[in-house]
Amino acid sequence: MRPVTFTLNGAPRAAFAAEGQNLLDFLRRGVGDLSPKYGCGQGSCGACTVIVDGETRLACLMPAEDAAGRRVETAAGLDPQGRHPLQEAFMEHFAAQCGYCTPGMLMAARALLDRNPRPSRDEVIEAISGNLCRCTGYEPIIAAILSAAEARA
Amino acid sequence: MKDMTNPGMIAFRKDLFADERDDRLNEVGKPTRRQDILGHVTGRSPFYDDHLFDGLTHLRCVRSPHHAARVRRIDTAEAARIPGVVRILTGADVPRNLNTLLSLLDFGIDDEPVLSTDRVRYRGEPVAAVIAETEAQARAAVKAVRVEWEPLPHVLDVEEAIRPGAPVVLDIYPGNRFVYHGKYDHQKLRYGDVEAAFGHADHIVEGRYQMSPIEQAPIETCGAIAAPEQNGRYVCYTSTQALFFSLGTAAKVLNLPSSRLHFIGGTVGGGFGGKVDSIHEPLAILGAMLTGRPVKYMWDREEEMQVGAPRGAERWYIKDGVMKDGRIVARRFTGFFDSGAYTRLSSYAVIKAAGHLPGPYTIPNVHADVYCVFTNRTPATAMRGFGITGVDFAIEAHMDKVAEVVGMNPVALRILNAYRDGDMKAHRRVAKNCALIECCQVVAEKAGVRLSPELLAMSSRRGGGGERGRLPAHTATDEAGRVEGFAAQGYARRGGPRPVEPPRQAAPGPAPVAASASRAADPRARGAAAPAAAGGGSMPPPAAPPEPPAPAPAPARPGSLRFSSISGFRRR
Repeated sequence: MRPVTFTLNGAPRAAFAAEGQNLLDFLRRGVGDLSPKYGCGQGSCGACTVIVDGETRLACLMPAEDAAGRRVETAAGLDPQGRHPLQEAFMEHFAAQCGYCTPGMLMAARALLDRNPRPSRDEVIEAISGNLCRCTGYEPIIAAILSAAEARA
Repeated sequence: MKDMTNPGMIAFRKDLFADERDDRLNEVGKPTRRQDILGHVTGRSPFYDDHLFDGLTHLRCVRSPHHAARVRRIDTAEAARIPGVVRILTGADVPRNLNTLLSLLDFGIDDEPVLSTDRVRYRGEPVAAVIAETEAQARAAVKAVRVEWEPLPHVLDVEEAIRPGAPVVLDIYPGNRFVYHGKYDHQKLRYGDVEAAFGHADHIVEGRYQMSPIEQAPIETCGAIAAPEQNGRYVCYTSTQALFFSLGTAAKVLNLPSSRLHFIGGTVGGGFGGKVDSIHEPLAILGAMLTGRPVKYMWDREEEMQVGAPRGAERWYIKDGVMKDGRIVARRFTGFFDSGAYTRLSSYAVIKAAGHLPGPYTIPNVHADVYCVFTNRTPATAMRGFGITGVDFAIEAHMDKVAEVVGMNPVALRILNAYRDGDMKAHRRVAKNCALIECCQVVAEKAGVRLSPELLAMSSRRGGGGERGRLPAHTATDEAGRVEGFAAQGYARRGGPRPVEPPRQAAPGPAPVAASASRAADPRARGAAAPAAAGGGSMPPPAAPPEPPAPAPAPARPGSLRFSSISGFRRR
């Protein structure tokens, strides 16, 4: 067990990480942020996507200790009442059905809009290409992200 | 709220059948917001794995590396010494270690152990379960369980499985075929006389169609967490799509009244049919009962793909008799559903498929034999229209083939043969509210296919009935696939009736049925809507065997009969 001090959604946090524990398990079990999801544990589905120092990372592949001293953002850090433009757009455009991929999808979308406020459709597709969704067929998600970009502009 | 659909992809053609519809609707046709979507976008929807417990233990299964094998010995001694191991379960720990998923509906003989003790029938079948403090410890202990396997011959193809001498997957079904109504090793549909009609047809068009198994692949893997509630009850958080189904299954397998089980579900991270099988709940609860600790049994992605029950593979043979003008006068199906090693939901899928034949087309002579076949593959289960999707693929691919043979536009061929209101369907129900012709006309328009003025003028509401609405004067029936030794009424008795004598199954004659015992039967003589008249039919006969049901049954006492799509009319 080693202490890991980091910033989670803007607030300083410290918790113990077991040896070899990945960031996903650490956030969910050690810290209690349940918004990142386990889908595959091997970096192929994107359900565990979080933002670390502004870049998207797959929490299931990142050692928890590597988060020390860094800024981690998760879907739980968006607006708790769903008023973030991306959240509103996802609700508006029916961009979630079962909801399991949604937290990771929102993080991928947020990282995109933070670095590219007016992405093209192709850029949106590229940004979420590491995030699998089995329900929507992606079109509503793409529409939601484009519309959130418009709303923020 | 904006339109949720890509503009242009969906059009509401309210001009069609406008007089049949009340358009003063409040919700239908308008985008609406999901009631649970705020939880989804804030990351707070409570999926089963989002429930935290102090002292949570992790359950993982020891699985067969063979398609088929005898289990000679399971040695858990070394595994039990691995640090963190709390308990190791084997089949001897399961109170009632044999179940079939649809037994709650009295459909099928109990055939599947929770943890097999003597034999495995598919690769990945579990024989033991390790419960440990951490997932890593559980994985290490799984590797340390020593199982002495004796590999057995296996069969992975449906048609090989029904050949004489093929390895028997389940002893209760010696022919590797599910037994319907205790009578036949397949579902029969007999309507008219296809062989006679083939003789008069201008063309014979034959095809073979094969679908692979399809994994539902939900992003959330299947699983459950169970914990003692300290009041004699056990709470179970589960990813199930069928909460009460899973509750009933767990109660049966654990031999507990369901009042001692507290199931919490409803938040499913994608199901698509793959979260019906109630595999995880009984083991997680059993673990909690035997350890007094919270137990999580969660598949990893590899298990989800390897042992998660898929949509079963299907193979269809279709033979059509077609006239020069495109009219299909006879259609014969032979279908094989790959149930995998156990029944699960495939027996029911076959009933759905047989009820769907011959597709949405008015064909005066139809013959179908549909088999639910056991092989040493992963058991199959539900997935989005299972039982229908596969055969629809076969039928529509075959329609294109027929169109090519007769030199007709495929859309025109479908319009020509489509059900119209008043037509008699092969399962002896009158077609109503038909709309295929109109669908084809709209599709042709959108695809830029030019249809003749005659085809454009056709309507589902005109030209049906009359000659097309009459039952055939003669239906050829047969006794092929008759079995003996199974309980004749219903599908199974609870607890699984064992055949009173070694069941005998006729040598398989899947493709061309030798109509050896063929005889004429006039369905009208036995009641127009008696699906059992042709020896099975697409609708199962009643479980309790009264007279074949009338088309609109008027129970002697209201409420004394109930209808199930699986078992037909049953007396309470």
